[in-house]
Amino acid sequence: MGEVMYPVTEPGEGAAGKTGNWRWQKPIIIIDKCVKCGLCWVYCPEPAIYLDKMGYPHVNYEWCKGCGICAHECPSKAIEMVSEYE
Amino acid sequence: MSRTKLVLTGNYASAYAVLHSKVEIVPAYPITPQTTIVEKIDEFIETGMLDATMVRVESEHSAMAVAIGASAVGVRTYTATSSHGLLYMYENLWWAANARLPIVATFVTRTLGPPWNIWSDHQDFMTLRDSGWILFMVKDAQEAYDLTIQAFKIAENPDVRLPVGIAYDAFVISHTAEPVELLTQEEADKFLPSPRAIQPLLDVDKPYSIGNLPRADYHYILRKNLWENILDAKKAIREVGREYGELSGRDYSSLVEEYKCEDADTVFISMGAMAGEGMDAVDKLRDKGYKVGHLTIRTYRPFPDHEIKTIAENAKRLIVFSRALSNGKGGILYDDIASTLYREGQRIETYDIIAGLAGTEVSEEDFMKIYYDTRSGKLDTGKSIFIRRGEYV
Repeated sequence: MGEVMYPVTEPGEGAAGKTGNWRWQKPIIIIDKCVKCGLCWVYCPEPAIYLDKMGYPHVNYEWCKGCGICAHECPSKAIEMVSEYE
Repeated sequence: MSRTKLVLTGNYASAYAVLHSKVEIVPAYPITPQTTIVEKIDEFIETGMLDATMVRVESEHSAMAVAIGASAVGVRTYTATSSHGLLYMYENLWWAANARLPIVATFVTRTLGPPWNIWSDHQDFMTLRDSGWILFMVKDAQEAYDLTIQAFKIAENPDVRLPVGIAYDAFVISHTAEPVELLTQEEADKFLPSPRAIQPLLDVDKPYSIGNLPRADYHYILRKNLWENILDAKKAIREVGREYGELSGRDYSSLVEEYKCEDADTVFISMGAMAGEGMDAVDKLRDKGYKVGHLTIRTYRPFPDHEIKTIAENAKRLIVFSRALSNGKGGILYDDIASTLYREGQRIETYDIIAGLAGTEVSEEDFMKIYYDTRSGKLDTGKSIFIRRGEYV
């Protein structure tokens, strides 16, 4: 008998490969304005934002799709969306 | 403890099978003629006989959605529906098969409207033909009980892992009471593995997601895998049926039920309640000296190609009674049989009889009339012939 194959995926890099190349705009974090609230980290749906030991956010551009949610949510306007093509 | 024999309707027989299978969750929405199954199960739960959760959902679509979630975490899951309820459930029925979830469901067949109709034909059931569900159609309450218990063992087999549906005709079976012999709980427990043996797809300690976007090439292989597994499931069905036969004395090791086919030159083929009339007609025709037999298709998917081939090797005429119609094509069961014969290179006389649509009765006289008219050459082979209460229409 053939082994049963299930339509399931383990958490990992994803069957679609790295999703960073889907992006047409990218978030740039302006550390000077950042208040370390962590909201960008909370809201990132991927998640492609991680916090360093100091609590500052950084973007993993291999997975960031450039949705802009972090920039929209940032209360101190410390994230700017910049076009990938200009 | 000795076995009991109760006078049960088909629906109550299904409910007793659910009780004895120790089902753990029953998400269900009422629709005639299925309702009394889940009412009876609810009674078992309320009186403490069955330790299960009844989920009162807002629709059949949600009933199957809950069943999918429950089955994905490895809970023994059952539901039942009919007709428009089945069609409302439709998207999730396919989802359950493609997700390889061992859900068991009863489909009490009922005519689709409009116009409004609560009587049986097989049109609703036939929409599941290509879905990946393993499909049985039974012809009495005893078979409904027996196959529902077997269904869990087949569905949960790690080499099968497909949902299983047991179908039977509205009222003629669902609401007609007949003696049914039940297993004792000890026997059922011995026959069926514990639900904890079901392999869960979702596990909090080992997170997975079901149904993420795959590459198309991989998706194609998943489809092929299901196709191979459902064909291989014939082995599991026969094996479980044989084992159940040893336990109960009622053997289910064949996908079909042959009645006086050994020396028959003409074989009626039908499924569901009308098979009883077909077999009565065989007896009457045999009394008159005609070599006639009847083949009941009990396992509809996977399709019993091998059994059909064997019958066609000995018979010279097959008369197929379909209680469902592929509009713009022909009798659905007929087309299944004709396709098997063509693939096997067998060229024998076949007749496509459309009977019992919209709940009209099919009698043994209908079978006999068709038999005489095929013998006298009055009917065309391969053309869809509509008979309603003894009259061609």
